[in-house]
Amino acid sequence: MNLLRTYILPRIFQWFLVVFIGITVTFLIPRLSPINPVDEILARMTAFQTMDPEAFKTMRETTLALYGLDKTLLEQYVLYWQRLMVGDLGPSFGNFPRPVTEIIATALPWTIGLLLTTTIISWTAGVLLGSLAGYFHNRRWAQVFERVVVVIYPVPYLIIAFVLILIFVAELKWFPLMGGSRGDAALTWEYISTLIYFGFMPALSVVIGATAFRFIMAKSLTTTEIASDYVQYAELAAVPKRKIILFYVARNTMLPQVTDLALSLGLIFEGALITEVLFTYPGIGFVLYNAIYNGDYNVIMGITLLSIIGVATAALLIDLLYPLFDPRVRLR
Amino acid sequence: MLATIRDLFKYSPSFRFGSLILLLVAVMVVLSSFSPYDPGKLRRKVKRNQPPSTEFVFGTTSQGEDVFWTMTFAVRNTLTISIIAVVIGRGIGVTLGMISGYFGGTFDRVTQSVIESIIVIPRLPLLILIGAILRGSLTIYSLGILIGLLDWAFPSKRYRAQILSLRERDFTHTAVFSGMSTIKIVIREHLPFIIPFMLADVISGFLFSIGIEVTLSYLGLANLDSPTIGTMIYWGNYYQSIWVGRTWVLIAPIVAAILMVLGFYLMSVGLGEYLDPRKRLVRLTAQVGEESQDDDPRNDKDDAWAP
Repeated sequence: MNLLRTYILPRIFQWFLVVFIGITVTFLIPRLSPINPVDEILARMTAFQTMDPEAFKTMRETTLALYGLDKTLLEQYVLYWQRLMVGDLGPSFGNFPRPVTEIIATALPWTIGLLLTTTIISWTAGVLLGSLAGYFHNRRWAQVFERVVVVIYPVPYLIIAFVLILIFVAELKWFPLMGGSRGDAALTWEYISTLIYFGFMPALSVVIGATAFRFIMAKSLTTTEIASDYVQYAELAAVPKRKIILFYVARNTMLPQVTDLALSLGLIFEGALITEVLFTYPGIGFVLYNAIYNGDYNVIMGITLLSIIGVATAALLIDLLYPLFDPRVRLR
Repeated sequence: MLATIRDLFKYSPSFRFGSLILLLVAVMVVLSSFSPYDPGKLRRKVKRNQPPSTEFVFGTTSQGEDVFWTMTFAVRNTLTISIIAVVIGRGIGVTLGMISGYFGGTFDRVTQSVIESIIVIPRLPLLILIGAILRGSLTIYSLGILIGLLDWAFPSKRYRAQILSLRERDFTHTAVFSGMSTIKIVIREHLPFIIPFMLADVISGFLFSIGIEVTLSYLGLANLDSPTIGTMIYWGNYYQSIWVGRTWVLIAPIVAAILMVLGFYLMSVGLGEYLDPRKRLVRLTAQVGEESQDDDPRNDKDDAWAP
């Protein structure tokens, strides 16, 4: 009961706060901007054709009414929440009557697949390699590895992806640049192998950056951890090094890493968006890129909202699972 | 301050290396003032699509720009964007963190929950939304302001944590009991601790802004007529430079971006080592005159806990 009150409820409250702030900000941004999005959309739609002025005026009014932009800010805000509650994000302007939710839903599995794989791989690899490098910090390989990571860590995802494209796609031609798979979706090895083949480079570009991030944190946590008494005692007692690292040091450094994962999910998500754009991977990052080009303002809005809610929910899930890992929270 | 920098040069290889790289970046910025071209009119000045040669050190682009001189402007503009973003972001962050940390109470609790929420919200989609609405009207300066307005939440949380820990230290209590005024304590006693921390934080602000600038420009959301690292990559990509074999157009800005972030980051690693009390101890023993063969503090820390 205590756990519920002191741990779970504040987290859920925090989730509501994140979603509320996120949705309010996305509501305010287009309305506070000096440029009216409806005029932008109409200008784009009528750019290469002549139109009856009367028809244009009607079109402008209906579009304004469609978005409720003729009402007061507060009325618009209430309306906006009502539409969100029923999951209505409006139609896409790029492919007109198709609703935004449908477009996002088609692309979403790709992004979720990419995110899950890269998050799991990079987190595990980062924590393990970081603990090893922190423990054996005198060994040559650990120092070389750390130097490499220090060089990779600050480089933006976009640049990492570009370098990978230049080397492995353009120069060596090992991997393709377009799409997510070939053939019909089925649980056959043929299809799955194309999934891996097409997803390898996009995933790798996220994994490199995210692992470097995790590695640096794991190494500094390990450096603190190995100075503690129990590690020295274990070493004096000649406990095998493998056991010290995996069962004692890594386990203790994992807890702050779990908390940090919840905070850094947004970063990994952003990395995935960029990667999808560069590798034309069919996830929501690529949908977003096309939406930017077509001025498909509804789709951009929808993806922004979805990413805020999605990242907040994932962070909440990690936070709620945390007591399973940390008995101190569970038994408080 | 000077002694600190001298120490950093002497004992931190990463700081030394990082400042060398940043010196190179600074040279690029200075060179931009000696460019034979006008920053507003870089295009259609030279023969298009020339590979690197003695005449054009880094080649020319498909728009008839000299890559080398365009890059000097690009480095300068990207740095300008980052400086604006860092000043605004840290300005808000430091103020909020200080207020929260010193005053505490309900204000602190409320701001903390809001800040925790803002940290979780992914910023790139928000920036893309704003960029897509303001497209075309986003200049270097407004892009800098925009990035700054979105990069203060995490820093302010860290400043608050610093201040909370400083407030509980013995020397603060001593100062309070000996009748020192609050403002004096903040300026004389706490600021010397905050400033090195702030330096490291400012650098992480630079890393973030450079990354965001490159990304937003690549997506075509910044002003594409002013040369920045991101717009150079955008135009290189626009003319399909990779696939027609004109990689030099892309390699130059990519290398420039990597050097910039690496220079900043290595400096912050050096600062971080400086701030770490355990590593400071190692340095002090080295100063006293004990024989220390190399200046990498990681190597001699071993004796501290080996049996």
